[in-house]
Amino acid sequence: MRPLTEEETKTMFEKLSKYIGENIKLLVDRPDGTYCFRLHNDRVYYMSEKILKLATNISRDKLMSVGTCFGKFTKTKKFRLHITALDFLAPYAKFKVWVKPGAEQSFLYGNHVLKSGLGRITENTMQYQGVVVYSMADVPLGFGVAAKTTQECRRVDPMSIVVFHQADVGEFIRNEDALT
Amino acid sequence: MAACSVEQLLAKAEQEEAEKLKSVSVHKELDLDFDVGNLLACDKNRVESRDFRQQKKEDFLRSLARDNTQLLINELWKLPTEKVEEAIVAKLPDATTPLPREKPPPKPRPPTKWEQFAKLKGIQKKKKTNLVWDENAKEWKRRWGYKRANDDTKEWLIEVPETSDPNEDQFSKRVKAKKERVAKNELNRLRNIARAQKVKVPGVGLTPKAQQSKDELSRAVSVAKTSTASMGRFQDRLPKEKAPKNTGKKRKFEPLIGDFSNEKQRQLELLKVLDSKKPKLDVTKAVNKQMREDDREEAAAKHKKGAGKKGRKGNMQGKGRGKGGKGGKGGKGRPGGGKPGGGRPGGGGGGKKKGKPGKH
Repeated sequence: MRPLTEEETKTMFEKLSKYIGENIKLLVDRPDGTYCFRLHNDRVYYMSEKILKLATNISRDKLMSVGTCFGKFTKTKKFRLHITALDFLAPYAKFKVWVKPGAEQSFLYGNHVLKSGLGRITENTMQYQGVVVYSMADVPLGFGVAAKTTQECRRVDPMSIVVFHQADVGEFIRNEDALT
Repeated sequence: MAACSVEQLLAKAEQEEAEKLKSVSVHKELDLDFDVGNLLACDKNRVESRDFRQQKKEDFLRSLARDNTQLLINELWKLPTEKVEEAIVAKLPDATTPLPREKPPPKPRPPTKWEQFAKLKGIQKKKKTNLVWDENAKEWKRRWGYKRANDDTKEWLIEVPETSDPNEDQFSKRVKAKKERVAKNELNRLRNIARAQKVKVPGVGLTPKAQQSKDELSRAVSVAKTSTASMGRFQDRLPKEKAPKNTGKKRKFEPLIGDFSNEKQRQLELLKVLDSKKPKLDVTKAVNKQMREDDREEAAAKHKKGAGKKGRKGNMQGKGRGKGGKGGKGGKGRPGGGKPGGGRPGGGGGGKKKGKPGKH
């Protein structure tokens, strides 16, 4: 485990800012304690200082996970968000998409959101903007990337993709062994 | 009866004795070919298959081997013998049968650099006599090595050349020159070995060269500095020495549990920088906003028309206008967008634009 380098921090923040914009500040500077990002096994974990100090008792090869995994760095040094980060992305999300109850399951099985399943969408959403996907009951289901702007969404036919799937809570079951 | 029996017994005993000790002379139809140098005898006589079958096979082979060995030993006895330490020894002649080697013959040593050059130039080795006349000692001495003739290391006086520094020690100069020659020779020897084995010629540090570039010198310096027991950790630096270039960079990370407030500060600063790099005016966003406004206005105009025809939904009209006013507030690019009078020409322009972003 080690702190992120300048470059890694930048890569991660750039990815996070696609979903929560300048709200990253709220993750970095929290009133309820000191929280930090740490890299372990190419994965970024977000944890409190207290947890970090406790985790130092565990040897590096034995440590599976600590705090919340935000995502991982690929071999080409890109950052991929994991579904585990949803708890921290959802409250601060700037752009949201609500899916109809009928399309919920399809999304949770890893499919893209079609126009027919689109319930609501935040105004002013740009193309390729990172969005958090909610059910109509305001339960966060995952996140993705807007395939169309809000304007275009109104015009496209019902079977066209509106939100590209990136991660959903169904992964907790589907991908249980890989998630940490 | 008794005498008879004694004679018979004697005769029988003699016969047994004779059978035990077989004759030294063996008769063969064809003489054997001998190669005494290899202790080899070749029997060219045919083996009678009838005999072979009639007798027991093992016994037949054994007697044949015995006879032939006897012949070979007879041949050995013909050689001149001598007595060495109570044992009779025969001197074997050279072998006549050529035997194949177990291993392939060794390859010739690849020529050294000098040998290649000499062959190219047609230089041939000249044999020098081993002994030369020593003028001082008035005797013949070896040309090289210990107690050599005209030994220049044993001189008690050396003339200082006019061109050289008078304070220079000519004796130590000679010793040093000799050492350098030996070192150079050793290096060339190693290089020849390396070339023969097709290994890359080692070139660490300063290899002797006619002219060394600045780069090579600096690299040699850095190599020399780190060639201590402590990897150059305690080597002093020269006053104006620069750090060695092209050396590996070591990754260095912050401590795991370090200064948290500092870490936070750095991250916040990074965020500020990231924020400042974002363009203030997002073109797509602005265009989208414009499009949305146009949509609203169009809808409002429709409502207006519908209201005019049917004389209904007066409230809705008011609502639509109110919304348009809101949008106008947000759209900085178009002042007075909410006003019905000013909205008209602007709306027309917007309609033109509308087609373009839609394609994108």
